[in-house]
Amino acid sequence: MCTVCGCGEGETKIDGHSPARLYRRVHAHPHQHGHDHHHHEGGEPHPGAAQSRRVRVEQDILSRNDAYAAGNRRHFAEHGIFALNLVSSPGSGKTTLLTRTIERLGGKTRAAVIEGDQQTSLDADRIRATGAPAVQVNTGKGCHLDAHMVGHALERLALTDDSLLLIENVGNLVCPAAFDLGEAHKVAILSVTEGEDKPLKYPDMFAAADVMLLNKVDLLPYLDFNVPLCIEYARRINPDIRVILTSATSGDGMEEWLEWLDAGMQQASARKTDEVETLKRRIAGLEAALAAKG
Amino acid sequence: MSLAESVLQLIEDSAKTNGFTRVRTVWLEIGQLAGVEAEAMRFCFDAVTRGSIADGAALEIIATPGSGRCTDCGRTVAVTARYEPCPACGGYAVQIAGGAEMRVRELDVE
Repeated sequence: MCTVCGCGEGETKIDGHSPARLYRRVHAHPHQHGHDHHHHEGGEPHPGAAQSRRVRVEQDILSRNDAYAAGNRRHFAEHGIFALNLVSSPGSGKTTLLTRTIERLGGKTRAAVIEGDQQTSLDADRIRATGAPAVQVNTGKGCHLDAHMVGHALERLALTDDSLLLIENVGNLVCPAAFDLGEAHKVAILSVTEGEDKPLKYPDMFAAADVMLLNKVDLLPYLDFNVPLCIEYARRINPDIRVILTSATSGDGMEEWLEWLDAGMQQASARKTDEVETLKRRIAGLEAALAAKG
Repeated sequence: MSLAESVLQLIEDSAKTNGFTRVRTVWLEIGQLAGVEAEAMRFCFDAVTRGSIADGAALEIIATPGSGRCTDCGRTVAVTARYEPCPACGGYAVQIAGGAEMRVRELDVE
């Protein structure tokens, strides 16, 4: 996890800008001290400085991230947006897979991308070249995207209803597993130029993912990669994981992947409609109740 | 590091609600299966709390043991690592029941 690799958030940038709100901890400090002094001056009851007392907290360390993630998820649900969190090691072919996916979806599907990388806007530039809107989040020293960064990136994207949001996480098979972004599914991308034992070596990620794309299968003739064994390892960690063999270059498996995307989008859109209908019924019910009172 | 920052955020939130200005001790509950290295957490905690209300606070890490239930054989078993086979039947259907938590349990404050 991040405790091991020493990632931090102080250098986070979204499309090159560093919104002050992102500097949660650093900027919160002087602010909070100010508040404390205010309380003292206000003469609020305060225990003696040397007296110590116990305060129960009982809160999950990731509770803040989870609260932001819940906010993002609510936003996606209200707008029928199908959001995916794409996770992999660096170099698995995520960005190429995304550009090809967007090209194949064509104009009929509204797709947008949030790109997470430590540095550069190279990936967002590649996405924008396809015509799809993209926001680049640079995490600086950070090794993963968190739900708060994604929330800010959403402000810049202005997604349309019933669209597809592809969030390309920082290339890292460890930390992104723990950080919920509010997505419908995590999709793990593993390329056949890596080892087939990756699911066993980085189990948290494959346990967290609902889909594994085994990518670059066009290279299989030149490699000693055991596909059935890799799938067996992935299912040992996660018996329900769906596996799709893809090659962004040759186009193999892209139909199956696009069908899966399409089904997810339709579901997200249908849920939104259901929710709107439910709300309308509630409004009608409340109005009727109000009329009866009046 | 971001987990240590999250711990500090929870402490600062608690300081606002409970009106304290200094933290002497922090008790964290870290499950054996949470994937958090206690020593790395200590190192990062010291680094991120510098200059904060928890500067110099002692960090007590309570390690909670891992446990799970095997859906193959139905037994409740002790689990030392995730995704290992069930010690009773050898199957891989162990569902984690405890030991995955990472919580700020309690603070000693002034």
